[in-house]
Amino acid sequence: MQRTRTELLPGVWLTALHTEKFKTGCLSVSLLTQLTRETAAMNAVLPFVLRRGSTRLPDMEAISAALDDLYGAVISPAVRKLGEVQAIGFFSTFADDRAVGEPVFAPLAREVCAMLIAPNTHGGLLRQDYVTRERDVLLDRIRGRINDKRSYSVERLTELMCCYEDYSVSHLGDEETAGAIHYQKLTRHYHEVLAASPVEIFYCGSLAAKDVARILTDLLSSMPRGELYDDIGTDIRMNAVEEDVRYFEEEMAVTQGKLAIGWRLGDQMDDPDLPALRVFNAVYGGCVTSKLFLNVREKLSLCYYAGSRLDLHKGLMLVSSGIEVENYDRALAEIFAQLDAVRAGDFTDDDLEAAKRCLASDLRAALDSPGALESYWLSRSLLGLDYDPAELAALIEEVERAQVIAAAQSVVCDAVYFLRGTEAEDDGTV
Amino acid sequence: MEQFEYPRVGETVYCETLENGLRLRVVCKPDFQRSFAVFAANYGGGDRRFRLGDDWIDTPAGVAHFLEHKMFDMPDGDDALFALSRAGAEPNAFTSSDITAYHFECTRDFEDNLRTLLRFVSTPYFTPESVQKEQGIIGQEIRMGEDDPDYAVYVNLMQCLYAHNPIRESVAGTVESIAEITSETLYACHKVFYNPSNMALCVVCALPPERVAEIAREMLPAAPGPVPEIDYGPAEAPLPCRAEKRVEMAVSAPQFLLGVKVTPAEKGLPLLRQKIVAELALRALAGHSSKLYQDLYKEGLVTDDFGADMDYASGVATLLAGGESRDPEQVRDRLLAAAEQVRRDGLDRAVFERTRHAAYGAWLRGLDRFDGMCIDLVDSVFGEYPLLELFSLLDEITPEECAAFLAGHLTAERVALSVIDPVSKEA
Repeated sequence: MQRTRTELLPGVWLTALHTEKFKTGCLSVSLLTQLTRETAAMNAVLPFVLRRGSTRLPDMEAISAALDDLYGAVISPAVRKLGEVQAIGFFSTFADDRAVGEPVFAPLAREVCAMLIAPNTHGGLLRQDYVTRERDVLLDRIRGRINDKRSYSVERLTELMCCYEDYSVSHLGDEETAGAIHYQKLTRHYHEVLAASPVEIFYCGSLAAKDVARILTDLLSSMPRGELYDDIGTDIRMNAVEEDVRYFEEEMAVTQGKLAIGWRLGDQMDDPDLPALRVFNAVYGGCVTSKLFLNVREKLSLCYYAGSRLDLHKGLMLVSSGIEVENYDRALAEIFAQLDAVRAGDFTDDDLEAAKRCLASDLRAALDSPGALESYWLSRSLLGLDYDPAELAALIEEVERAQVIAAAQSVVCDAVYFLRGTEAEDDGTV
Repeated sequence: MEQFEYPRVGETVYCETLENGLRLRVVCKPDFQRSFAVFAANYGGGDRRFRLGDDWIDTPAGVAHFLEHKMFDMPDGDDALFALSRAGAEPNAFTSSDITAYHFECTRDFEDNLRTLLRFVSTPYFTPESVQKEQGIIGQEIRMGEDDPDYAVYVNLMQCLYAHNPIRESVAGTVESIAEITSETLYACHKVFYNPSNMALCVVCALPPERVAEIAREMLPAAPGPVPEIDYGPAEAPLPCRAEKRVEMAVSAPQFLLGVKVTPAEKGLPLLRQKIVAELALRALAGHSSKLYQDLYKEGLVTDDFGADMDYASGVATLLAGGESRDPEQVRDRLLAAAEQVRRDGLDRAVFERTRHAAYGAWLRGLDRFDGMCIDLVDSVFGEYPLLELFSLLDEITPEECAAFLAGHLTAERVALSVIDPVSKEA
């Protein structure tokens, strides 16, 4: 697998992976914007509005007919939050040219680029009917966050814990700013974002990188490029907001409680040892052989799931667990106790090796999935790192016990959130 | 080993039935780092009443799923989930209404991991203490499912559609039903359902297929066993028992699922054909490229999570369509009206040809997803059809066949509707 990185236009970068092993090709285009409360909802709605129609394919009917003809290629609007960067654009998978013996990438890229830079407008403005409908869909999506209690509890934790930071803004924005989306203002915003955002393009497939670059440069030649946002990035807070851990609790008509706990990764974020941080997380709660899984779930049967994950862009560790309401104190104590154990070096060499093997295997498996590679490289580009999954796997295999302990000792607990179920046990809804 | 080649999509499937009755499917992918293996029993949440010798045995709801959890305990005190994870593999398991599947993915030591998989799934080891402890963990899982609107909307629909079939009940059972499970129940069900003749091993890996067969022979019992006979209750009438069920939960907008009973085709190619006919028919009628979907989307009646699919389990088949809507009844009525139009006018040729083309591309891309392909292969073993023949069927199936499927099933009296409404404010 050969990787090439090319600047196609000012601030428009292409990461191209040339490989013949997949039947699936992958193309993504991401405009990088700063996540702020004022602009998040407008940014989030944009790819959905643009996906409604371009000057080439003016409506959903024309788009789906064209995509069906391209072997059912898929172009999905993508809105992602990487630290305090909101990446908006399109993610597309399609039958690789080689697998069907005819060009798919070039005609598909033509449609993706047209959606991005040549939307279907009316009197120079984004169409009011498209904007209004997509605004309503966005509002439904924002309100729908409560439907999945597990992810909702983690989102609420980060909102409350990072209430003084832009990180508290959801990748979808909030109801108030989403409700205020208006097609005229959105058009102005679109022109600004299009001209000023750094752009990350990713391609994985059987075409040579230089051909991909040539096709995309042609298609994007009329893309406006103004003065670029040059300060996009994430503000990493090293310490907790208050000296004592803050506790938050909310209620909902559900049977099972959801516990979410957040830590700052601490001073180590000055010069983070990323492989060590990943191994620390895997030992603590990031994989099946982890302390949290083994003790909170298996040994004490306190929950159905308990796991931790890192946000390396923002320097956070988040633990999430589903528990019976009456087990709250025990589960919380055990989650903290297991972290103390890692800090004290109370884990075996086998635990350490297992964590490393789990991470290394995940990374090597990513080499076999176009989607995983896309997400890996977008994240890498933002972190300004250059190692590929296999190289990172090798670095992880070299991490030593002392590095894991040091990473664990640096983290600082900031906030605890509990979504308390109020449904009685025998009051099931089914 | 028998070898089936599909040059058009660049795949070869190796098939063999071992002396002990185990059915094996292997796809070789030497260019990939990753391997995936699934070892599955033709035993799921719906298989609750079965014949053992001359007797019919009834078991509580949730045994298949409970067994899945307990199979990971090994007699040496180790846990297979951890053993495989320590080796760098990513193991997991799931139980549906009709199968129990144990699987892992790994990027090294595939042979050793495969041995571990085959060993732990074929070695029952249960103690009263471990069974009791698991009741706590599964109890939590059941409670978590009760809060899940997707799960509630499905089970409620099945209760509308079916009068007796065990698909009406949750795969995991209830806190009460799993309290009846003992280590004896688990040993008995393992003996009946986990004999190699009732199982399938499907693998995507870099190893030569003969090597996979050798390892399976080395690790598993040599003798075949009887394939159990299951009783799913009296035959179900074609119409639903109840047209609609609505309940309130903590959701932001109504979530709905509608369903129609479909008589499953006989095993073998007819079953695969029915699956592909249904897929093409539902894509053409209600897929994201369809006029129906686009109209509903523009009018704000559905969101992009709207979809339609088939569900085969517990000896029955169900056509499902659902998503989120402020007016589920209207979505149902519009779907029925669209089906009525197909009954009158047939499917538009141009639309159908595009649908066929898009379905081909989707299946082709699916060949890169090892997990999905292995699970589809397991279904094909128990459904007794050659999976990748679907690419030829995609060419063969006619718009008339698909139109007949829609007209025959999507009629007002056959549809049941399940809705989860947001909790009303005054409550």
